[in-house]
Amino acid sequence: MEKTLVLLHTEADGSLGRAARECLTLAASLGKFDLAVSGAGASAAAKSAEGSAERILCIEADEFAAPRSSTDSAAAEVLIRTSGATLVLAPGTSRWSRALPMAAARLNGVIDTHAVGLEVAGDSVQVKRWFYRQRIEGVVARTRRPWIVVVEPGAFTAAEATLAQATVETELLEAAITPRTTVEGTISTAVGEQTIRPDAALLFVAGAGWTKKQKDGQVHIADAADRIQTFVHKAKCSLGSSKSLVDQAGEGEAVLPFLTHLHQVGQTGSTPRHKKGLATCCHGEEPHVVGWRFINERRAVNLDPNCGWARGKADVLYVADAFEVMKELNALLD
Amino acid sequence: MPYQIIVCGGLAPDPLQTLEPVMGPAGPALKNEMMLPAVFDPWAAHALYEAAHLAKQFPGSSIRVVTLAPKAKLQQVMMTVAQKLHFELIPIDGPGGGFTDAVEVSEVLAQTISAIPGIDKSQLLLFGGWESATRGSGCVIPMVAARLGIEDCFLAVDELKIEDGALVIKERVEGGLLQVSRCAAPPAALAWATGSLPEPPNHPQTGMANMRAMMPALQRAKPAGLKGEGFSVPQASLPAQQRQTQVVKDKPAAEIARELLEWIKG
Repeated sequence: MEKTLVLLHTEADGSLGRAARECLTLAASLGKFDLAVSGAGASAAAKSAEGSAERILCIEADEFAAPRSSTDSAAAEVLIRTSGATLVLAPGTSRWSRALPMAAARLNGVIDTHAVGLEVAGDSVQVKRWFYRQRIEGVVARTRRPWIVVVEPGAFTAAEATLAQATVETELLEAAITPRTTVEGTISTAVGEQTIRPDAALLFVAGAGWTKKQKDGQVHIADAADRIQTFVHKAKCSLGSSKSLVDQAGEGEAVLPFLTHLHQVGQTGSTPRHKKGLATCCHGEEPHVVGWRFINERRAVNLDPNCGWARGKADVLYVADAFEVMKELNALLD
Repeated sequence: MPYQIIVCGGLAPDPLQTLEPVMGPAGPALKNEMMLPAVFDPWAAHALYEAAHLAKQFPGSSIRVVTLAPKAKLQQVMMTVAQKLHFELIPIDGPGGGFTDAVEVSEVLAQTISAIPGIDKSQLLLFGGWESATRGSGCVIPMVAARLGIEDCFLAVDELKIEDGALVIKERVEGGLLQVSRCAAPPAALAWATGSLPEPPNHPQTGMANMRAMMPALQRAKPAGLKGEGFSVPQASLPAQQRQTQVVKDKPAAEIARELLEWIKG
């Protein structure tokens, strides 16, 4: 029987993020667990989420407030060691993705990331995850412990805050670390343009065709930029791009100025989760479409009827000029 | 100050190839894996280009590439990669597929790096890709860092600048934002995302000079000895997700727009 620890961190405002609450949902489905929280306001956040936790461990000294590998991995190491857990569930945030592999190495444990499913049957635990950038799904089993399982955000529903069934005392722990890194804050590189909005229902992908010569033999970058940005603002959707379009920026070709590598969807980009996705001027090649693995309903607008989208990768392919379609669509959205 | 830059990177099947898993006695592998054309792992390649960019700014810096891959295939891939910039290859002969254990791979890489003579931690920058295009775990570089005693690790890095000896690093975090951190000095580990540098052009003379040192290194490559103890992948399959695509032709743009609007709002 595994001794399970749910290892969370607080967000900048001291709350638990959505990914943390999704992790709690998974843990609750497995039965009793210990809860460990690191970061500013950890003990208050732990109280809001203890649910069926049997033990609560927290680290909340000032140096653990900022997301940083040295402090976060030290906190995770102390929390896991103190709990004596054999199975550790943690949300796949950027913060834990950076720190938990380091903690696993120091604990002589093991780690698996991007878990989208977990099955426990007696002493056997199996983690479901993707290989080859969402092209192959597989199941991983391990005998070495402690085993840290980093849960992919969006794979489970988020738990609501639950009141404690019994009062559990919070144990405050300390970890000695003098960080050499200062976190200066966050910036957005996109000039007034959102990249991936996790809560948007629609992903809009602009492919390289937007920057190619059109019917009149000319390139219409300004028109393309206007149509794309107008649609993104009106539809309040996520904006993604294919690698080829993003790469053109580095190759000195005509580019849409608001698209950066952060917009890139696919094998070397993101794999966002949205209910619907609309691809325009994009050929739907496999390296890009692997980033669409978690987009349920897919439509594409492209002039090539034999593009990748036509070969079972989209539900509907409109063989049409995306410049015209988006102009009409923007007018309808007014 | 010169830097000792170590880039960890493996091989990945060419992204345009169709991949199909097959189960064997030792677990899953890719169908015709040894026949599939391979490339240097995309994000690790970006790390390598960033390493070259940094080394150019700080004369005396060195670049070593530590790679765990089947050496025959590595030799083929190096024919191209070696033409892009000057570096020393430290090959480890072993399976390079996605169904190997990231933990064991990190142990082998850390042992290999520790055994490199003349490593000065005060100049050491450990580079690699954020996630490989094979296993995609995103945890090899942080684990190697921890095993080498490096406490400052940065994941999904898009930019590194040196300011008065300090490393100013931009990492991708949630919500399309970049976190800016300032690390006092090396040693540090940076797992790169795409960065901002284009692929360097091929330079045959550089390639020939590199290959003269790489061929003996490849012949001497030690076997990784991955045992996969306590790790198994009992199941691997292609996702059953083939759509019946409806191809709509000869429809006016206005009508398509109306249909799309209904779909978006529905």
